[in-house]
Amino acid sequence: MGTGLITLINRLILIAAFLCSTSASAEQVIKLASTTSTENSGLFKFLLPKFEKATKIKVRVIAAGTGQAIRIGRNGDADVLIVHHPPSEERFVAEGFGLKRHKLMYNDLVIVGPKTDSAKIRGVEEATIAFSKIASSMQLFASRGDESGTHLAEKEIWKRAQLNPQRTRWYLSLGAGMGSTLNIAVAMDTYALTDRASWAAFKNKKNHTILMEGDKKLFNQYSVIAINKKKHGHVKFDLVKKFTNWLLSNDGQKAIRNFRINGKQMFFPNANREQ
Amino acid sequence: MAGTEDTANNFLDALLLALDLITGLNAGLIEIVGLSLSVSLGAVLIAGSIGLPLGAALAVYNFRGRQISIVLLNALMGLPPVFIGLTVYLLLSRSGPLGALDLLFTPTAMVIAQAILITPIVAALSRQTCQGLYEIYQEQLRSLGATPLNMMLTILWDARISLLTAIMAGFGRAIAEVGAVFIVGGNIENFTRVMTTTIALETSKGNLALAMALGIILVLLSIVVNGVASITADSVSRSKANR
Amino acid sequence: MNILPLTLKNVTYYSGGKQLLKCNVTISEGPNTMVLGPNGAGKSIFLRVCHGLLKPTEGQVEWTGKEQDANNPNQAMVFEKPIMLQRTAEENLAYGLKLRKAKKDVIKQRVSQVLQRVGLTEAAKQLATSLSAGEQQRLALGRAWVLEPDVLFLDEPTANLDPGSTAEVEIIIQEIKKSGTKIVMTTHDLGQARRLGGDIIFLYGGALKEHSPAEKFFDSPKTKEARAFLNGEILWGQD
Repeated sequence: MGTGLITLINRLILIAAFLCSTSASAEQVIKLASTTSTENSGLFKFLLPKFEKATKIKVRVIAAGTGQAIRIGRNGDADVLIVHHPPSEERFVAEGFGLKRHKLMYNDLVIVGPKTDSAKIRGVEEATIAFSKIASSMQLFASRGDESGTHLAEKEIWKRAQLNPQRTRWYLSLGAGMGSTLNIAVAMDTYALTDRASWAAFKNKKNHTILMEGDKKLFNQYSVIAINKKKHGHVKFDLVKKFTNWLLSNDGQKAIRNFRINGKQMFFPNANREQ
Repeated sequence: MAGTEDTANNFLDALLLALDLITGLNAGLIEIVGLSLSVSLGAVLIAGSIGLPLGAALAVYNFRGRQISIVLLNALMGLPPVFIGLTVYLLLSRSGPLGALDLLFTPTAMVIAQAILITPIVAALSRQTCQGLYEIYQEQLRSLGATPLNMMLTILWDARISLLTAIMAGFGRAIAEVGAVFIVGGNIENFTRVMTTTIALETSKGNLALAMALGIILVLLSIVVNGVASITADSVSRSKANR
Repeated sequence: MNILPLTLKNVTYYSGGKQLLKCNVTISEGPNTMVLGPNGAGKSIFLRVCHGLLKPTEGQVEWTGKEQDANNPNQAMVFEKPIMLQRTAEENLAYGLKLRKAKKDVIKQRVSQVLQRVGLTEAAKQLATSLSAGEQQRLALGRAWVLEPDVLFLDEPTANLDPGSTAEVEIIIQEIKKSGTKIVMTTHDLGQARRLGGDIIFLYGGALKEHSPAEKFFDSPKTKEARAFLNGEILWGQD
């Protein structure tokens, strides 16, 4: 029985050694920090294999909230970022952590809610009007409340509508990711602001649907930013350059355009183009 | 009534989906199960090597501050996993003290975080068990000429069945944990994605049936591992008694 | 035998502020020394102080002989309840020898010899904790015997055994004595004391009241406490 124990320990040490070696493998790998909404839409699953096939470079995606993704970049724990909050991105580059912001693609934000639509926002053309109707009828609204790109865009709309929903009975500030927020919105029959791709990929829609869309101001710009080698010498800059070049190239932009959910295009490539 | 019906349907769907995944030997499932097991077993190996003798030493040796150490150890059992995850993240981050090791967002980081999480549990339970035995044994063992170190080793061996339970408690805590492994592992597909982080991910995608199915499979996995441990312990002790 | 006589010089033992033992005594080679007294007289404490499990509050416990022998006397103790380890009978016997880093063949030889002498050869590979109370106590005696101690202390070794097992244990104790070990034993069984005892130490209230050859003690005890004890009067041994 003593020998059995020793064999077991040997096997476990082998497993441990394997795990360690996997982390230091010789293949070409870069780490991409992005947001959960982008990852959950399925875009990367569609896009990255194409890049890997063309260049043999493997991209590992770490998905987190916008704030955390940027912090991961700042710490040098990733080699490149794809996020969608221009003010934070500009600050990131200004502080020298990011090399340059390259516009990549955009999608839009929509308001979802129960089909019964008690606030009657269906067909409304501007988000500020929709928000005002929700506020005045005091219908439940689920906010991400996590300082993410979507949340900050939402705050902008309240500001433009000159409303303050904080500390009202109908405004639920959740501090959660897009998926959790949508789960709660559906379970509690609330309205919510979400990006189109997240909603399209979301599998728990129940009786909810898109009630307001098409507001030009609800425009979600994605950018790709390489981490600055000067700040973090270890980043795999050459590999990242290949990645950003590919994303911004015709091949990459075409791939983005071809990504569909239920036959509908989700992301609109706009590299090197004015808005 | 509609609510309960919905829930029952969801659960049934989940159960069927779980069976489907298992019998179909779904490749994705096998991958995350394999990683969950190796990460948690790795953590158990570390926690056992440190925690079991630590507990025995606390039981046997008398020293100033022994009582406080025991209280602290028991308190550490309640360390929040997210807190551990955050701390390990800050340590392993490139901007942190151990950044050069390049361990962040790898399975090794996950093993480390889980080991930190469960070592106090294993040590505290070991201390409890060993102290019980120590109180019974100590006169006789001292009479035979045993040093405290001898007593430690003798008690650890004699208590092996109970200590296995301590190890299993650690394993259970590790494999069910999601906060720490999410932060230090990054939930990277095909690399650091384990069962619990997959459940969290699928939930956030609204794939409730799949998330539930994975949860069921995780419970089954835990039962299987505990079953294997129990049978091994039983057969070992029975073989001794019948010789 | 060169570690005897054992001398307790002005030894006292206090616990919880109370004096539980006070005595001056010399234990020499020779016949079995029985330590008698009512409950609470301090017999168990006396034994443990002699054996070294308890340190006296005052006074010295001195063995005889060259320093290394005197400081590390080869002695053993058997307790009222035998504590067996979760391993086979023969592994339990080997335990003390392994602690002393004895050679494998020495261990093997002594263990099988002692197993035979205590009548447990058939149980050699059985889990020790699955043996009966009598068997476990015989095994405990064996565990001490295998160390070939110069002195063997026994604390009420048959208190929990039935008459049959008691008889077996007494036979083994006599065998151990014959093989050259000095026996120092407590008992509350006067019959046992008469059967086995050659030398009597009588304790009462933590004090040594009498120390004399067995015949003298049983026929003409000097103190009133001893007389009352031998008469079977219930004494609680405390002040």
